[in-house]
Amino acid sequence: MSFEEFVARSHAAGALVVQPRMGFGDPTAMRAGLAATRSARAVTVGTLTLDSYTRVRDTASAEHALRNGLPLNGYPIVNHPPEVTRGMLAGLMDADFPVQVRHGSARPADIFRAMIAAGLHATEGGPVSYCLPYSRTPLDEAVRNWAFCTDLLLAAEPEGGRPHVETFGGCMMGQLCPPSELVALSVLEALFFYRRGLRSISVSYAQQTNMEQDQEAVSALRGLCAELLPEATWHVVIYAYMGLFPRTEVGALSLLAGAAELAVTTGSERLIVKTTAEAHRIPTVAENVAALEHAHLAARATIHRATVAADNQVYREAAALVDAVLNCHEDLGRALVIAFKRGLLDVPFCLHPDNAGQARSFLDAEGRLGWSELGSLPLRGVVEQRRQAALTSSTLMSALSHVQSTHDALAFGDHETVAIGGQA
Amino acid sequence: MTERLHDLHSDRADRADEVLAGGRGTVIVSSMASDSHTWNLVYLELLVGELGFDVVNLGACAPDELLEYECLSRRPVMLVLSSVNGHGYQDGLRVIQRLRGCRPLRRMPVVLGGKLGTGGALTQEQTGQLLLAGFDAVFDDQQGSGSFRRFAAALPSPAGVLPMPAEGAGA
Ligand code: B12
Repeated sequence: MSFEEFVARSHAAGALVVQPRMGFGDPTAMRAGLAATRSARAVTVGTLTLDSYTRVRDTASAEHALRNGLPLNGYPIVNHPPEVTRGMLAGLMDADFPVQVRHGSARPADIFRAMIAAGLHATEGGPVSYCLPYSRTPLDEAVRNWAFCTDLLLAAEPEGGRPHVETFGGCMMGQLCPPSELVALSVLEALFFYRRGLRSISVSYAQQTNMEQDQEAVSALRGLCAELLPEATWHVVIYAYMGLFPRTEVGALSLLAGAAELAVTTGSERLIVKTTAEAHRIPTVAENVAALEHAHLAARATIHRATVAADNQVYREAAALVDAVLNCHEDLGRALVIAFKRGLLDVPFCLHPDNAGQARSFLDAEGRLGWSELGSLPLRGVVEQRRQAALTSSTLMSALSHVQSTHDALAFGDHETVAIGGQA
Repeated sequence: MTERLHDLHSDRADRADEVLAGGRGTVIVSSMASDSHTWNLVYLELLVGELGFDVVNLGACAPDELLEYECLSRRPVMLVLSSVNGHGYQDGLRVIQRLRGCRPLRRMPVVLGGKLGTGGALTQEQTGQLLLAGFDAVFDDQQGSGSFRRFAAALPSPAGVLPMPAEGAGA
């Protein structure tokens, strides 16, 4: 059974699939992590998160780390021979435990080759979302690379079912991007894969700052995918908050539970968790398992469903963004490049040279994300731009830490407290 | 944001303009090759700007060659390196060895900060190795901005570093 079938079956049985972001340099440690994920008391799929050297194609530095016993922040799939990776997965990855490769590379051809050679066919990415937050690679090059790699994956024709790709567009920089642009990017990347022939897709959306706005966003995501991906099998994957994370255990668990609630109330099929170590360091296997189990329980405890208008504000903005991009060029890859050049897509606070950097976001009193500068975004008449005072290091920090401090406050009460986990 | 219009390699007259403009000189803020995190850079750009410096922000995944080239051509009063992806120790050692191996950059103030290891703060021994390899200061994630501000405040004013021969061999 493939990745998509496992998720569909679990959803039909009423279970939210939970998944870690986990990667270690050493195959033995990686295997132990996958084994623990598999046997966690939750419905899980496994993850191979790749290290930063592999992401930027610096296999020499990955090699240096492996040889000198320096820790890596992920699994170097290109350095380890395919037999090693197959051996690492043997007896673990099967119909009841699919494994996905998560990387973050704008130049992923070697990663795709290594993945396919090791028998792995579920991955994550996108021409925009694996370029702007992950590299200084020109966007048009990333688009070409991702077109090439999608073709590679399709040509692999795995035995265990169709290859699967998840968009990372619903996350981008992790924080302070208004939900409508995340939804638009997630949909556009899904459509990019779809037009190249991929039929097994998941669309991501990362938890932001306000539950209702997030629920509107997932509804918008579903609406747009239903319109644009008629012949694909697709599902929604929620990411637990991808910005500055609470520093306390209580705060981190509360935020994670909120992500599980968002997933269940919006009928989402899968959730990628974060751990209590997030604000401090790479989590241990045990911390990952604890996060999976906590999310599972929080999901089971959520019984209500969200009711949001289909034509909500997030939908209207996202639809306008998607339309504007589709009108740029009939080839969607070209269209994305043109759209960024014209500022029709513009990700707040993204320093990538191909991002216009004119659009800006802000947090309103209810914790909703809005636009303080529209730049050239095609949203005039769809949303009001609400200018804010000039940005300083401390106003930036307070916007970045809004979610962190809201949840840490649950642990702090009114007392001066000590952060946990950082001194490990 | 505060990218200089002309580069600091030009003649003394330009440099005088720079000082008259009230700047404390140029600081380069950058990542290193493997690290694509940029919120740290956005934050540091604002912070260093607020301390009175002109800031050049090199963005994500700056290759070693680019760092060397930018430092040689701009002659910053300080290079601020940030790493949060857990590879800061390995990347920092490689980069500082390269920069210190370049004669004109031997005395350029270079600092490193962030989340430097995958297991939380670096050990004292690791921090010591980074300092020995040539960093002027290493700031751990938990430290807050106070000690960095003090370090920056103690930098010689740009006038103090002005008499530098054009070919830069005086450093
Ligand atoms: C947002 C985020 C991302 C976004 C980044 C988008 C972008 N382009 O910027 C995305 C989702 C893309 C991402 C990707 C990855 N991430 Co990330 N990310 C984060 C997260 C959640 C928040 C970071 C943030 O916004 N910080 C805001 C800025 C302002 O603060 P800061 O970076 O913490 O820096 C502070 C201090 O360290 C200090 N500082 C920093 N540099 C310097 C320098 C000097 C000189 C001084 C004085 C001070 C200083 O000042 C800042 C303010 O206090 C953190 C976890 C967290 N903190 O909650 C993980 C985290 C940094 N990521 C991590 C990792 C490992 C990755 C990945 C490698 C994926 C992976 N294996 O998990 C990739 C990066 C790929 C690559 N090539 O490097 C790890 C690093 C682990 C470690 N150091 O041990 C963290 C800690 C999460 C974790 N616990 O695993 N990430």
